[in-house]
Amino acid sequence: MSSYNLPHVAQLEHEAIFIIREFVAQFERPALLFSGGKDSIVMVRLAQKAFWPAKIPFPLVHIDTGHNFPETMAFRDQLVADTGARLIVGSVEASILAGRATEEKGPNPSRNGLQTVTLLDTIAEHKFDACLGGGRRDEEKARAKERIFSARDEFGQWDPKNQRPELWNLFNGRKHVGENFRVFPLSNWTEMDVWQYIARENLAIPSIYFAHDRELVNRNGVLLAKSPFITLLPGEKWETKRVRYRTVGDSTCTGAVESNAATLAEIIQEVASARQTERGTRADDKRSDTAMEDRKKAGYF
Amino acid sequence: MSSTAASAPAHSDQHYLAMDLLRFTTAGSVDDGKSTLIGRLLYDSKAIFEDQLEAIERATEQRGEENLNLALLTDGLRAEREQGITIDVAYRYFATPRRKFIVADTPGHIQYTRNMVTGASTANLAIVLVDARKGVIEQTCRHSFIASLLRIPHLIVAVNKMDLVDWSEARFNEIVAQFSQFASRLEIPDIKFIPLSALHGDNVVDKSTKTPWYQGGALLYTLETTYIGSDHNHIDARFPVQTVIRPNSDAHHDFRGFAGRVAGGVFKPGDEVLVLPSERTTRIKSLHGPEGELREAFSPMSIVMTLADEIDISRGDMIAKANNPPHAGRELDAMLCWFSEKKLQPGGKYLLRHTTRELRCVLKEVRYKVNINTLHKVEGDTEVGMNDIARVHLRAAAPLLCDTYQRNRATGSFILVDEFTNATVAAGMIQPPSG
Repeated sequence: MSSYNLPHVAQLEHEAIFIIREFVAQFERPALLFSGGKDSIVMVRLAQKAFWPAKIPFPLVHIDTGHNFPETMAFRDQLVADTGARLIVGSVEASILAGRATEEKGPNPSRNGLQTVTLLDTIAEHKFDACLGGGRRDEEKARAKERIFSARDEFGQWDPKNQRPELWNLFNGRKHVGENFRVFPLSNWTEMDVWQYIARENLAIPSIYFAHDRELVNRNGVLLAKSPFITLLPGEKWETKRVRYRTVGDSTCTGAVESNAATLAEIIQEVASARQTERGTRADDKRSDTAMEDRKKAGYF
Repeated sequence: MSSTAASAPAHSDQHYLAMDLLRFTTAGSVDDGKSTLIGRLLYDSKAIFEDQLEAIERATEQRGEENLNLALLTDGLRAEREQGITIDVAYRYFATPRRKFIVADTPGHIQYTRNMVTGASTANLAIVLVDARKGVIEQTCRHSFIASLLRIPHLIVAVNKMDLVDWSEARFNEIVAQFSQFASRLEIPDIKFIPLSALHGDNVVDKSTKTPWYQGGALLYTLETTYIGSDHNHIDARFPVQTVIRPNSDAHHDFRGFAGRVAGGVFKPGDEVLVLPSERTTRIKSLHGPEGELREAFSPMSIVMTLADEIDISRGDMIAKANNPPHAGRELDAMLCWFSEKKLQPGGKYLLRHTTRELRCVLKEVRYKVNINTLHKVEGDTEVGMNDIARVHLRAAAPLLCDTYQRNRATGSFILVDEFTNATVAAGMIQPPSG
């Protein structure tokens, strides 16, 4: 090779591996927040590469809302078996039963906000001092301003106005007792980068990312899947459509998109010509213009 | 010389994976149209989606504003929207068929110099906006000086709001002359000037018909074609060790690898290397990257290195070559940008983070402060507060294995951390020792 120039996806990969190693070096009880979505699948692959030939030196933590797609859960268990990683599950259902959280009322109660309670409880129970997340800055405008090493106070809260400056590749993970960090190695990746990386690495992903027939209801422009957690409102009806998911979240707030993309190559074509952001399918972000910032301030992922 | 950038981003796999990456930073004063310019680049390169556009259309309407407020794309925080200002560095992403871009969008008002320094620290290129009506003002000088101090090799002076001076060539030339006079004091090898209107899109993505007198390319074309191949140091081999990898498994029983990111130069299997601070020498046995075994490794690759001899090596050690070791010394001169509301304490102790090390240091002396508008030394005032830039002398608890910032941005930079609050209080750039 005559030119010492790394193409951009390789640069992002090398940067993410550096961040993951820095995360392990700077914290005592690290964990990876794993949702079963494409970003956390990429995170698992990067973590494997960062420590090869050793195993991933931290557990995967899944915050299970109880409203997940069954396909995602099956995928999660397979991935854990394949990688030999340790899995810790925090259950929103259990938080509700224990009286730590209260179910929303209404026709599509979302457990999205409740995840924060379970997440913070799980972090406290296992004394994690830092968690890796797959969040990307291109997803949402509040995320665009979050640091790679993001300090949270003892209530898990993010304070956007009081963030530590982050320069060069020098990450300051020093903290007081009780404080904790969220670390985002995919900060500089875009949705397209993630898909291209999945294709390059030939990574398995949950089947709901590919086009399939499903019964849904159109609620305020969001296509919600039929499940025991959704009640039809007057005038609504279930319809069968050929759809896929662009993000994997709670089935009560993640909308499907109509699509025929059945392979990775077709998904990449679709992403390239998409005119809506992936979070455009998330009912949780439509609640207000600063919905994500407000949830993050309260301790969300 | 029209740009092809407005066509859909390339996405054929091989082409996409092979595109290169330009990181740039933008700085401007309040109201000089910086957010509008970025909004325009994103909008015209089709990096803005319909739902984002609908959201800002709704917000623009609610505010009773006439023109679509593209600034709302980057100003996402509640307080920013309320006050109509940018508080923090915001990172934005877009791609053309030629290049992928990461934009660090930083606010221009004086109290946020620290954000500008932050955004500049990882950038290959800086765009400084000048309002054509106002010309070169204090803030223009400050932004350019910061770009120079952080050693951004390429600078574009975007002369904006040219529509408000009737696209006057004379006015543009006047600004070029003003800036060039000031720039003779900067250390930026590549400076370009572009007349444009961010609001109307002239010379942003496509070349404008209103500037027949302007021979250069539109802004996006310039961003796409600036040569960045030589921005990393590929001469001085530097490998700061991040962590040690020992699998303790049957399959890799004897494996002991040193993980880290190459900070300079080129390493190859068989190379004789010097381990610091122990000063032991050995040879590289193998190099492993994310895609398998490597025949060579260079900056900024994340790798694992195995060595021929068993040497005690841990996080914070540096692997280099015997004929070209880094500087090792406890006493250093550095330029500091101060970030904290708490003033610099002369004689105070701080934690210093450099490459993968953390050690204590004493700030022995403030040699002088720099007036960041004129670049002159400030006489008779060495009190360093938030957003000040100063040359200091410090003494570390152990020898720092470093290069000057001018020689290598990765091994010449550090941050200072307050031991009690854990806040990052300063960014430092190592200078050659002064007399």
